[in-house]
Amino acid sequence: MLEIKDLHVKIEDKEILKGVTLTINPGEVHSIMGPNGSGKSTLSQVLAGRESYKVTSGSITFKGKNLLELAPEQRACEGIFMAFQYPVEIPGVANTYLLREALNSRRKYQGLEPLKHVEFIKTVKEKMKNLKIDESMLNRSVNEGFSGGEKKRNEIFQMQVLEPELCILDETDSGLDIDALQVVADGINSMRNSKRSFIIITHYQRLLNYVVPDYVHVLIDGKIEKSGNKELALELEEKGYAGIGEQLQTAS
Amino acid sequence: MSVDIEQLAEQEYKYGFVTDIEQDIAPKGLNEDVIRMISEKKNDPQWLLDWRLKAYNHWLTMDVPKWPNITYPEIDFNDISYYAAPKIKEKPKSLDDIDPELKETYDKLGIPLEEQKVLAGVAVDIVFDSVSLITTFKEKLAEIGIIFCSISEAVQEHPDLVRKYMGYVVPTHDNFYAALNSAVFTDGSFVYIPKGVRCPMELSTYFRINAENTGQFERTLIIAEQGSYVSYLEGCTAPKRDENQLHAAVVELIAYDDATIKYSTIQNWYPGDKDGKGGIYNFVTKRGRCIGKRSRISWTQVETGSAITWKYPSCILEGDNSIGEFYSVALTNNHQQADTGTKMIHIGKNTTSTIITKGISAGFGQNTYRGLVQIGKNAENARNYSQCDSMLIGDKCGAHTFPYIEVNNSTAQMEHEASTSKIGEDQIFYCQQRGLSAEDAVSLIVNGFCKDVFKELPFEFAVEAERLLSVSLEGSVG
Ligand SMILES: Nc1ncnc2c1ncn2[C@@H]1O[C@H](COP(=O)(O)OP(=O)(O)OP(=O)(O)O)[C@@H](O)[C@H]1O
Ligand SMILES: [Mg+2]
Repeated sequence: MLEIKDLHVKIEDKEILKGVTLTINPGEVHSIMGPNGSGKSTLSQVLAGRESYKVTSGSITFKGKNLLELAPEQRACEGIFMAFQYPVEIPGVANTYLLREALNSRRKYQGLEPLKHVEFIKTVKEKMKNLKIDESMLNRSVNEGFSGGEKKRNEIFQMQVLEPELCILDETDSGLDIDALQVVADGINSMRNSKRSFIIITHYQRLLNYVVPDYVHVLIDGKIEKSGNKELALELEEKGYAGIGEQLQTAS
Repeated sequence: MSVDIEQLAEQEYKYGFVTDIEQDIAPKGLNEDVIRMISEKKNDPQWLLDWRLKAYNHWLTMDVPKWPNITYPEIDFNDISYYAAPKIKEKPKSLDDIDPELKETYDKLGIPLEEQKVLAGVAVDIVFDSVSLITTFKEKLAEIGIIFCSISEAVQEHPDLVRKYMGYVVPTHDNFYAALNSAVFTDGSFVYIPKGVRCPMELSTYFRINAENTGQFERTLIIAEQGSYVSYLEGCTAPKRDENQLHAAVVELIAYDDATIKYSTIQNWYPGDKDGKGGIYNFVTKRGRCIGKRSRISWTQVETGSAITWKYPSCILEGDNSIGEFYSVALTNNHQQADTGTKMIHIGKNTTSTIITKGISAGFGQNTYRGLVQIGKNAENARNYSQCDSMLIGDKCGAHTFPYIEVNNSTAQMEHEASTSKIGEDQIFYCQQRGLSAEDAVSLIVNGFCKDVFKELPFEFAVEAERLLSVSLEGSVG
């Protein structure tokens, strides 16, 4: 579904990703871990199409299409969703409003009619219940005045409504209390199926206890230094990233 | 993606067409003879002709105001025609008598003239260049004593009311453009709400400039007697032309004890093209007197059109406990310039005023908020709340604020908040990531920014305002 080949990315003349190669098949859950500043968010932003990040070499294909040629909204309509590490506030714009525009924009792209208001509200309320989100949030402005945890939950809520094919979660677990983590994890698990893939960026093993990944990758200084299965996350939790650095040194 | 933007650019200003109709147009230039000619066409009584001439002679002694934060070439007031009317034998008595060409014009503008097709609950007065064509629901409103007609008709049918109140709020010598308007005004709307009557529908006037090289000078007068209520809306459009055209209106509102007037404007005159060629010069004097105790005047404006906008809808709060409100969205894109704001003059005790303005600048647009809050020495316990927010889209536009405050009574409570922000690239990206185009994202974010003002508009018009804002923002993102 997603194929990243030898990806190099610069921001303002500074090289951040230094040759990332990663293949994700339908239905797989990949977790990316790595120290602060190693380029995890950069990778997700590049996948989502943020302009300020310049791809200097390498390629990304998504469902056989050259992703780099698509505008951010086209990528979204193709089925890429990113839960932001820092969701932005949009004063005066109701949550429902953005969500409906987003959903209908995707439907239009797919050649479908806009969803009827009644159906939309029905879907939305159902998902909210599952995520234990208060209905009053629908009419509140997008993320405005939301607590850190509420913002993260809102991202997952949007993901549930939009039903993307590739979900990129950038540190969605950070800032969640233990109960919320469980709710969010259930939310993610309920969406897992043989077609939908996930990239879960996290610093903590904890989320991965609930959402068990097929692969774990360690991104250090713009390169995937190690890949493994879920055991790798446990190992990291124990030894930290320094361990990986040592292994690399011994290897070289 | 580029295809989308091209399509959008084409629908830029969709009211830019010209109606091909035979017109009766006065020769260019202004002098006493022209005023006599207009007065004769309008069948003015002698007092009105005298009033016009007095205004004209005063105007001759006045200078164009130089203080606004706008730049434009000097206007040659002798290069303008002051009267244009579609050639019709007499004023149509019913819709069947209206020229089909004109009917089609209003269909294209989305204002069907047939009453049954008009938005339910809205009565409309239609002003085309210098004349009012028709007023809908007039008879129905008359049954409960409401007068809603063109000002020309009011001059004929209700001369005492007109004579008493015209110039009651904005005297002929008030300012350069008000004096000019007083001399040459041709039409506009007249509203009289009798004591204790709550007007059962929205009243509205739709102004259309069609003729070339003519100015439009309309005058609107609304009187709300004790305990009455009226909500009034004006809308306006003009064809695309390369020359600038002048529009100088005067609006006067009068509210007695416990009366409320809500006045909403959606101003969408042709703004000029993307290089700043053409467009309407909009110089407007709007003012209301809250004469009565507990009276209330509320101005809501959405200004998206015109090359230049110069207007300050104001309230004079004379009655004790009276309330003045000003809610404004002003958008300048491309080379548009706006210098707009309000004056709240507190005279009575316990008077309250609220000012909420949202200025949006895009392209090379320049947007100025200019406001005065004045607390008189007898205005015990006066209160004002002002909030002036500006949003910048791009880095070639400008936002400016000039809030003046004069307090002559120590019991006054004043609160002022102001902010300037740039539309966030991260906000746009967030919306794009959810599937919206950059254009749609900008209009969504700007509409959110304006929400506090839009919620003051009657529902149908709030929808229209949102749509208009989106159209006006086209091409504002790269
Ligand atoms: N807009 C920017 N301008 C300049 N440098 C940037 C910008 N965005 C990211 N960087 C730099 O790129 C590097 C990688 O940042 P990135 O956000 O991808 O890290 P991360 O792995 O997500 O870190 P964290 O775990 O702290 O979220 C950092 O050194 C960061 O300072
Ligand atoms: Mg990060």
